[in-house]
Amino acid sequence: MTDVLRVEGLVKRFGGLLATDHVSLTLRAKEVHALIGPNGAGKSTLINQLCGELAPDEGRVFIGPHDATHLSVPARVTLGLGRTFQVTSLLDDATLRENIALAVQSRAGHSFRIWDRVLGRASIWADTQALLQGSGLEDRADLPAHDISHGERKQLELLVALARKPKFLLLDEPMAGLGHVESQEMITRLQAIAQTTPMLLVEHDMDAVFALATRISVLVYGQIIASGSADEIRANPAVREAYLGAEDELC
Amino acid sequence: MRLLVFALGFGFLLAVPFLTQSIGQPALLTLASRILIYAIAAASLNFILGYGGMVSFGHAAFFGIGAYTVGILFAHHSSAEPLFGLIPGSNQMLITLPAAVLVAGLFAGLIGALSLRTGGVQFIMITLAFAQMLFFFFVSLTPYGAEDGIIIRRTNELFGLNMRDKTVLYYVILAIALVFFLALWRVVNSSFGAVLKGMRQNERRMAAIGFAPYRYKLFAFVLAGMGAGLAGALMANFLRFASPDMMHWTKSGELMIMVILGGVGSFFGPIFGAAAFLILETFLAGWSEHWPLALGLILLVVVMGTKGGISGLFDRFGGRGK
Repeated sequence: MTDVLRVEGLVKRFGGLLATDHVSLTLRAKEVHALIGPNGAGKSTLINQLCGELAPDEGRVFIGPHDATHLSVPARVTLGLGRTFQVTSLLDDATLRENIALAVQSRAGHSFRIWDRVLGRASIWADTQALLQGSGLEDRADLPAHDISHGERKQLELLVALARKPKFLLLDEPMAGLGHVESQEMITRLQAIAQTTPMLLVEHDMDAVFALATRISVLVYGQIIASGSADEIRANPAVREAYLGAEDELC
Repeated sequence: MRLLVFALGFGFLLAVPFLTQSIGQPALLTLASRILIYAIAAASLNFILGYGGMVSFGHAAFFGIGAYTVGILFAHHSSAEPLFGLIPGSNQMLITLPAAVLVAGLFAGLIGALSLRTGGVQFIMITLAFAQMLFFFFVSLTPYGAEDGIIIRRTNELFGLNMRDKTVLYYVILAIALVFFLALWRVVNSSFGAVLKGMRQNERRMAAIGFAPYRYKLFAFVLAGMGAGLAGALMANFLRFASPDMMHWTKSGELMIMVILGGVGSFFGPIFGAAAFLILETFLAGWSEHWPLALGLILLVVVMGTKGGISGLFDRFGGRGK
């Protein structure tokens, strides 16, 4: 079994609204699987069910060989899930370094120790420094997270997710709100990470999707209407109809 | 610099009995002892409120439990009848204090396990409800004095010291407070302390990096309950009295006011807060019976006008603020 993440027949209803309509998808090793779809297609609802913040009404979620359908967020993270938030969600009073270090500490364990010195755990701070190095955030490392720009916060989200050494990443619109240059940098960075870590990418920025994705699935009204390579998706008439509407050409 | 301020502060606390003696105000020594005890209780509340972001409005429950543990053990020591026919009473501080801490921790575990399933306003209300339940339980506990409480005829014994002497008792309390604050310093700066500070800022983020909030918050709640239990045990020894009033919701409110006055989430804040509150109470009460009105105004000024209470002010004057 090479699927790092497998979803079978996932259903989520909000009252009469079918937000997730029997969605099945997989994420394989070495893959960047992009999930696209118009606004309100149910992408965020799906992501929230995958990471465990929202319980599905039907269907199952597997992380590797484990049935994770009923596991909490932290339990799924322990199985190897790493995620970033669409609207950045960080420890705002803590410095960038502390934000990353806490994720490293979570992986290292011993977080119930009340009689050690967290500043004395050299391996945590060394791992943190290694992540910061060459990230572009190194000289901002000791600022509190609420003092940095939106683009930098997006980068920090990614570093925090990586600090946990995840087996795969769920990236919820990593380009949202980034300028052109920042987007390009983020794409380069994600391409490098994708060499080792498979990703499920939810993104509106089509340039980014086509630059990164090895497979694209299109979600419309809670249903996956098409799945395939970038070229297949571009050529698919149903996608053009549902997703692109009046636009003539994709991207 | 920091060490110097700390040494000066500690030197002052050591000198308090001589100072009160030399200015002919021995009553102030009693006030100083109470400040130290309340500082422990307020600091334990600040641990979950300031560091962990859990607004518990029932913290006095554990304060009262600690006091009652000392009182009940003393009652069984005097009557020489074991509690439940099993547990012998004791008047040894080396036994009663750890017992009070453990019992308070146990209650905090129970109350926390249920309360922490909620959050926000519900958490505030449910902790208040549990504390009031305990209050009414002890009010109706006739074998131990019901609403009159338990009189502890003699302060617990410790190393054969003369505990009737106010000065000796002050130094015992000071020593225990010092140990408590050193331990708290360690916990705040430990691996667990780092997680707890994260929980206050963003639970969703903490879950996303693999920390299950409930477990960590419950552990902190138990530790805080133990701290309040220690303070309550000391208060029972100091007053030679334990009563349901010690766990009334107004006492929880007083602890919260101390934390806010001193500075939420600052390490030394609760000491300043407890000192400010009790000094104000002592002098304003002598001036008018409507003193809570003046206290309310002062609290308003502190909350609106300072960032981070008294310790926030100190930081700014010390040039360490933002």
